[in-house]
Amino acid sequence: MIKKFVALLLLAGLGLMFVGLLLGFTPDQVLNTTASYYADHSVEDTGAANIVTAVIVTYRGLDTLGEVTVLFLTATIVSLILTQPRPSGTPIIGVAEKKALSSGELLQTGTRLLVPLVLLFGVYVFVNGHLTPGGGFQGGAILASALLLLLLSDPTKRFNHRLISRVESISGILYVVIGVLGLVLAGGFLDNRILPLGAFGTLFSAGAIPVIYTLIGLKVGAEFSSMMVTLSESRDR
Amino acid sequence: MSTVMFVMSLLLACAMIASAYVALRGQSLSMAVLAAGAVSLFASVMFVLLAAPDVAMTEAAIGSGLTTFLFFFVMGRVKGGKDD
Amino acid sequence: MVYVALITGFLLILMGLYGALTNRNILRMTVAFSIASTGTHLVLVAVGYIPGRTAPILDGAVTAADASLRIIDPVPQALVLTAIVIGLGVTALMLTYAYKLYETKRTLDISKYTDLKW
Repeated sequence: MIKKFVALLLLAGLGLMFVGLLLGFTPDQVLNTTASYYADHSVEDTGAANIVTAVIVTYRGLDTLGEVTVLFLTATIVSLILTQPRPSGTPIIGVAEKKALSSGELLQTGTRLLVPLVLLFGVYVFVNGHLTPGGGFQGGAILASALLLLLLSDPTKRFNHRLISRVESISGILYVVIGVLGLVLAGGFLDNRILPLGAFGTLFSAGAIPVIYTLIGLKVGAEFSSMMVTLSESRDR
Repeated sequence: MSTVMFVMSLLLACAMIASAYVALRGQSLSMAVLAAGAVSLFASVMFVLLAAPDVAMTEAAIGSGLTTFLFFFVMGRVKGGKDD
Repeated sequence: MVYVALITGFLLILMGLYGALTNRNILRMTVAFSIASTGTHLVLVAVGYIPGRTAPILDGAVTAADASLRIIDPVPQALVLTAIVIGLGVTALMLTYAYKLYETKRTLDISKYTDLKW
């Protein structure tokens, strides 16, 4: 009881802080300096129509590399922890129900129909990341959800872990190689001007941004898939 | 236009608060997880209203899609334990 | 509309933290944390919104010349995009550790784990 009271007291303090922030908040009328720089210069600097993409891939590209690294570490830790040998003596749960589990005709047919389309949509999202909303992270998540659909339609399916980790590491290495190429050929690490900027608004424009975002998409998709496959598989190891 | 958007944002806010309440106070754990997914889904519609389509796509694909399934995978594995 | 989004976001943060502090079930605590993080994303995006402007994507309607007068702040959006992706990673880690704890003691009740308590 006293614990609940302390928690409520803490939250009341936090709530007071939030009320203070809310009362002092006035919506901006103009962009601040950083944002207006991005708005004015992103076309001539990067050639990308989507300014969020320009910020993520080019202006703050190093941060994105760090973010992808964090995701890689997460996927590694999840599989490291969950594939440890089970302590002897504990019963293996979920073996009996595995036999009885069948996903039904509807889900199986729907999966066969939808998985190619979902994969295609994921690729579309990250290839067009510099023109339309979306990009590597969203496309990667959509790729992973295609894999999730396969996993739902056949829970006993085994995925090729080696393939997933190959895709992940190759795209990661290529990402860093493109970054270093930017250092050598253009202005700095992950500079997208190593390829011609092209005509604004077309698919093959914005220099290396589509290439980088495709690599990010593959890498993120492989990482999410690896997390999900590990979490669902080790139940009936 | 802006009145319509204001009313829509009010409705979305109510839906989000209600789903969050269900997620925290609901009876079964699977209902709580689904309600948390619904909070993310309503939030992604709110992001569209706030002119952030990139964030909306991310939240819909990751926040309400993959996270919910991660919860269900883990819940399937701890079924032997007590559910609250 | 900005204020509606801000208030909702702050309320979601408070509700999520309350749930994380008072629930006993580890999975329920994880659900509460994910609700709190959704609230944080909502607050951050709402701070970058400017009334009457459009999304930071240039096309026929918004040209590069008048972009800085027509679009909203792209920086919080990029920030929140990162935060959502990392949030999934954090949730996956929490769930993994929850499962590992469950494997050692066969319970999800946090008050049963007293090994490190003093």
